[in-house]
Amino acid sequence: MTVILDGISVRQRGETWLDDINLELPDGMTTVLGPMTAGKTTLMRVVGGLLTPGAGRVLVNGKDVTRISVRKRSVAFVYQQFINYPSLTVYENIASPLRLDPRHRRDGVDRRVREVAELMGLTGLLGRRPAELSGGQQQRTAIARALARPVDVLLLDEPLANLDFKLREQLRADLKSMFADSSGVVLYSTADPNEALTFAAPTVVLGEGRVRHVGDVAAMYDHPPTLAVAATLSDPPLNLLPGVVQDGRIEVLGASFPAPRAHASGRTVLLGVRPHQVTIAGGGPGALELPAEIRLAEVTGSATFLHLLLQGGRHLVAQLAGTRQFTPGERTVAYVDPAHVFVFDEDGGRLLATSAAEVDLHG
Amino acid sequence: MRLARAARRKGPGVSEESAPRAGGEVAVAEAPAEDERRPVLKRKDNRAWWLVLPVVVSVAFTAVIPLMTVVNFSVQDVFGPNDRVFVGLEWFRSVARDPEVRAALVRTLLFSAQVLLLEIPLGVALAVCMPRRGVQVSVALVLVALPLLIPWNVVGTIWQIFARGDIGLGGWTINNVLGVNFNYTLDSTDAWITVLVMDVWHWTPLVALLAYAGLRSIPEPYFQAAQIDGASAWSTFRHIQLPRLRGVLTIAILLRFMDSFMIYTEPFVVTGGGPGNATSFLSILLSKIAVGQFDLGPAGAFSLLYFLIVQILCYVFFTVLTRSGR
Repeated sequence: MTVILDGISVRQRGETWLDDINLELPDGMTTVLGPMTAGKTTLMRVVGGLLTPGAGRVLVNGKDVTRISVRKRSVAFVYQQFINYPSLTVYENIASPLRLDPRHRRDGVDRRVREVAELMGLTGLLGRRPAELSGGQQQRTAIARALARPVDVLLLDEPLANLDFKLREQLRADLKSMFADSSGVVLYSTADPNEALTFAAPTVVLGEGRVRHVGDVAAMYDHPPTLAVAATLSDPPLNLLPGVVQDGRIEVLGASFPAPRAHASGRTVLLGVRPHQVTIAGGGPGALELPAEIRLAEVTGSATFLHLLLQGGRHLVAQLAGTRQFTPGERTVAYVDPAHVFVFDEDGGRLLATSAAEVDLHG
Repeated sequence: MRLARAARRKGPGVSEESAPRAGGEVAVAEAPAEDERRPVLKRKDNRAWWLVLPVVVSVAFTAVIPLMTVVNFSVQDVFGPNDRVFVGLEWFRSVARDPEVRAALVRTLLFSAQVLLLEIPLGVALAVCMPRRGVQVSVALVLVALPLLIPWNVVGTIWQIFARGDIGLGGWTINNVLGVNFNYTLDSTDAWITVLVMDVWHWTPLVALLAYAGLRSIPEPYFQAAQIDGASAWSTFRHIQLPRLRGVLTIAILLRFMDSFMIYTEPFVVTGGGPGNATSFLSILLSKIAVGQFDLGPAGAFSLLYFLIVQILCYVFFTVLTRSGR
């Protein structure tokens, strides 16, 4: 089973929602990662057949299904909102897609409903209506509805986004094991890079309606090919600092480190640093030393986010472990190990080098 | 107008309930200060009563005093301005036993039942058919809302002429094109149908607008999910739209029941209650007794019983409709 998207474009009300998307989605799970308004939902709707693209084709197993109505396609969809039939019980909700599917045998419905309910931990709740369930249980029901019927394409559009933190963690773990042995194409969209990293599936990074990058998510995290991909994959957001190449070294706000690759002197570059790579405890030999003023400390429990003002009015966020107390206005020094600095070209278009491995993905 | 009157009638109960609470809250708010033993704050402050005074006065003037006047008439036999006799519940007994009143009650109940059975499904059907987006939405809304903007007596006049066999478009068409003998001034069934169709024409738009608002609040993914499942239009309606319309339909049923049970102007203009007693609803009979014959005692008793029936039926409707949701 493969789904191929061939030059898909969607324009609505003068805005481009998807711009020339070319993708090949193999059997198994694929994650679609992107910020809000990146076009994730539009992409899902095109693949599912809920939206006919302005240009391009959708091929399922080599067959063009672009203009085939969603009713005749073999798809299932799980929404960010918890969508169930309000007047039906959980049992009836899970059974409804099976009953309406002419290919499914009538006598197998009950067995299949109980099987899926068991899988999603809904066995004790089969007699209840959606309004009598918690948010997590409602979404489990919606997922069970989608899983009940074997389909060619299963689409999950940010299914965990509206759940609270603990339920999200739990359901994420359940889903990972569930999709490991599912047949058919599973497309899972999320705005949360941690979710994409957890699933460790082939990942499509979307941004502003375009495909930014496709590949293994962990490799992408370590060597983001462009600034956009690095930013999408960084939560908390990536710190950006300006740098200049000078005699084989890169100078940044008064500090400098050896340039990982040979570049012409005078070239300006953009440096990306993830907040957890910034410390104030003193760096090892060769660490960049950046004098800073403390502006704000946000304590989340497991981490403290320290907002720093560097020279030239630049901001830097450091993620420090544990709860820490700081006084705003105090001066300190931020240390960054050059091994964890991404060097992008000036407009952020492409990664020149990660200091650590000196890869240049674009040759 | 009728609605406003009904709301005002409920006024006294509401204000009596809220007044002591407003005074009480002030005392409660001071309770924590007691620990500090400050004598100034220990005094109970009743100034909040002044805040409810305007409501008490206006409700008394517009609802309580007029209602009490009616109660006063209902227990007396008035011969002249200074010549009245207390008769207790005599008028209530006679009104309750009056066959004419009973017939009017049955007629009014039947009318309300037919109005609900026709207008609610029709209104919902209309709402489902209305467009969901685009310029058509405004066009459809204006067209549907048009009958609601016409004053009651004008609606009566329109239909009085429309349904006439000689010069009315509707009546003439029925008589001469369909070949059915239709005359609402002579035939009681024809008169009944005319009043009923007129009410459906006038008030189905209200149900449609309420239902449309309810339908618009259903998120798009519900319809997509039904599409993906391959659900038919009927099951989409039955399992997605109808359950989510419960709230607005409760309001629509209550409004349409109250209004149709108290209908007066339109049948008064079109048929005047006739032919015979065919369209003589409770309100028409009441005004005949109160204004036509000036029998203030029976009319007072009649009014209070009428009022009571409306209250009880509304309570029953509301309870049944809200309970069945759970």
